[in-house]
Amino acid sequence: MSEFFAMDGYAAFLWPSYLITFVAIVANIVIALKAHASARAAALRRLEGDPAGTQT
Amino acid sequence: MGTNWAWFHRFGSPPHVYRLAGLLTPWFAWPAALSILAALYGGLVLAPPDYQQGEGFRIIYVHAPSAWLSVMIYAVMATAAGVGLIWRMKVAHAAAASCAGIGAWFTVVSLVTGMLWGKPMWGTYWVWDPRLTAQLVLLFLYLGYIGLRSGIDDLGRADRASAVLALVGVVNIPIIRYSVEWWNSIHQAPSVMKMAKPSMPMEMLVPLLLMFLGFTLYFAAVMLVRLRAEILRRERSASWIREALR
Amino acid sequence: MTPRQRRVALVVGILAGVSVAGLLALSAFRENVMFFFDPSQVAAGDAPIDKRFRLGGMVRPGTVEREAGSLDMSFVVTDFERDVKVVYTGVLPDLFRENQGVVAHGRLGDDGIFVADEILAKHDENYMPPEVAKAIKSKHGGVMPVDPDPRKAKPET
Repeated sequence: MSEFFAMDGYAAFLWPSYLITFVAIVANIVIALKAHASARAAALRRLEGDPAGTQT
Repeated sequence: MGTNWAWFHRFGSPPHVYRLAGLLTPWFAWPAALSILAALYGGLVLAPPDYQQGEGFRIIYVHAPSAWLSVMIYAVMATAAGVGLIWRMKVAHAAAASCAGIGAWFTVVSLVTGMLWGKPMWGTYWVWDPRLTAQLVLLFLYLGYIGLRSGIDDLGRADRASAVLALVGVVNIPIIRYSVEWWNSIHQAPSVMKMAKPSMPMEMLVPLLLMFLGFTLYFAAVMLVRLRAEILRRERSASWIREALR
Repeated sequence: MTPRQRRVALVVGILAGVSVAGLLALSAFRENVMFFFDPSQVAAGDAPIDKRFRLGGMVRPGTVEREAGSLDMSFVVTDFERDVKVVYTGVLPDLFRENQGVVAHGRLGDDGIFVADEILAKHDENYMPPEVAKAIKSKHGGVMPVDPDPRKAKPET
């Protein structure tokens, strides 16, 4: 197992590569979902006649 | 006039696209997750080490798909921008705008993973090589596109100005792809994205192809969610929203 | 022209204009864009001999010589047509090997020897498991058959 993580001495380059890729994948999911949720909330506020909804 | 353009004009209709995007998202998201997980196992565990680079070559499984995404997303973005310009289609501009952020992220990933691969193998994190430089220019194109959009308040003008920038940047795409063939470059030629037979055996190739597939599906899913957000923000007063958000 | 045809013309015009500008710029700066020059280009006088430049090619097998007890070393870079001898002092990247691509940054001396201060390794696009590589090697008498860049593949003279 530790041999797997050592990656033949390339661990210091290989795992950070996988980490940043993972971060990008998760971050883009979060960004997209948040953008949709906030656009949706703003649209709903607007439909209820809240003038604040037109501001955001 | 004989051609039936109804299907095309439906793609110009925000309610239709909003609904369709919502329906399609899970069909891209779950296969994407499965492909990426399977490709991770295949790439990190099943694939044998390389005869020259040993275990270090496994960086290819995150580097090459990210680089592919960065270029493919730009092509999608420029196509959508062109459609938006020609047909004055707001949804197409919204689609182009939803691509830029994702493309910029994966351009950064391709650059950073490339540096982390270059240090042990080539002996340097960075050199001003044609391929590497063209990829950096791609990042600046994405950032310029995003900056231009956020700098113009009027949405219609922002759409048109950023679309022109996206189209101008298209010239960089063949430069990235062919830089390693047109000029002497430290970067190796493509192993997979070429007409000839891939330059690796099946047990290395299959996880890589799965990763390409997974990343592409992942992009489709994330882009559709962002597209829905973009449509909602643009169509704030439209009455169909009341219907759609029930 | 309808407004839409005008907009099509605009988009096509942008793409065409930028492509032409890009092509012109790239051919004008061709020499500066070259990341390295191969020994044939050096022999033909294409490389900026008076300045520092990068020399690239394959490490000719059997030419790597190391000075015992120091980091001094020398080897021959070849493109299978011309050779250039390189001297270097320092640490080498992992992939520096005989019959592998290499890019040396430095200056060409009057004696025709290239004095490098930086050595980068260049690998090709072929990946294979060690056992397969070993099998191929044993079939070819202990050396990996060189698969140089197909654009520049020339019969070894």
